[in-house]
Amino acid sequence: MKDPTLVVAGLLTLSAGTFAFRFAGPVLRKRIAFPPRAERLLQAAAVVLLTALVATTALTKGHDFAGPARPAGVLVGGVLAWRKAPFLVVVLAAAATTAVLRLLGIP
Amino acid sequence: MSSIYRTLTGGTLRDIALACLAVWFIGLSYGAIAVTSGFPLWVPAAQSVLVLAGASEFLFIGIVAAGGNPIAAALAGLLVNARHVPYGLALPDKIVTGRGWRRLLGSHVMNDESVAFALAQGDLPRQRAAYWACGLGVVLCWPAGAVLGALIGSAIGNTGAFGLDAMFPAVILALIVPALRDWVTVRAALIGAVIALAATPFLPAGLPVLLALGGLAGLLRPPPRPPGRPPLRPPGRPPRRPLRRAAG
Repeated sequence: MKDPTLVVAGLLTLSAGTFAFRFAGPVLRKRIAFPPRAERLLQAAAVVLLTALVATTALTKGHDFAGPARPAGVLVGGVLAWRKAPFLVVVLAAAATTAVLRLLGIP
Repeated sequence: MSSIYRTLTGGTLRDIALACLAVWFIGLSYGAIAVTSGFPLWVPAAQSVLVLAGASEFLFIGIVAAGGNPIAAALAGLLVNARHVPYGLALPDKIVTGRGWRRLLGSHVMNDESVAFALAQGDLPRQRAAYWACGLGVVLCWPAGAVLGALIGSAIGNTGAFGLDAMFPAVILALIVPALRDWVTVRAALIGAVIALAATPFLPAGLPVLLALGGLAGLLRPPPRPPGRPPLRPPGRPPRRPLRRAAG
């Protein structure tokens, strides 16, 4: 490992900054009265962020394509979720599909 | 918080437990990767408690292990975690409330899973209960997984072989599908996802997901609907189905 002092400094910077991000949203929300349309926009913003997170974590690894096995698993999970399958089935089917594809040599 | 068990149904609690189990598994691989990259146990242990945001911790470990400056790695991690600001704005008021430690802890337990579980609930008491239950579950499971992973280290083989990397996106996807029933939101989410994917090859981690907020541009025009209706609810349909429940 590199200089431990520097690693601690980085670790504390990341911790403090992340906490500040988490603290800021609810505080701002309390201080500002949002009109109904902005409220709607803010709720949609969370769904948009989470969808983008699903897309990027399912399809990419670093800056590249993750390989077909992981997105295939997530797709199976997504179809099951859309068909109102239980949560447990959705998550396990996603992992199992990806695992089976990898077993078959698909990355 | 003692009201969590009274407010949430067994199905929702079971789903939260499963999501936390998935977090624990990912924590195992995180701890193992950290020690096999040359970090002592205390680095993933401290990070998992103090940062409590998986993607940024993986990134921090990866950058520093590759010889990068830890401060630069922290800034890259902060870019990944900036999405917590819009999360906090999107959460209904009165979820992260109170004073002192309760407010601090309520902020600290904000993560992808707790926000997604909260937004999947139908009313405020359940939203608050789901947020706290999932948030506290992750507070316990993520460090527990990371420390155990660091202890057994290289004994953990290739976690990719078990498809564990497909679990996180599947958990979040299962939670947001009920919110994706109205076309306006679906379109914004799809445009956002395309923006994020298109930007991923070129931009540092975290920025593409933030750029996805550009998908909201289509929502900026006044909607041709009566005002005051709760968001995320399609017109003419019954209220959005709350979180999926295990049948039977």
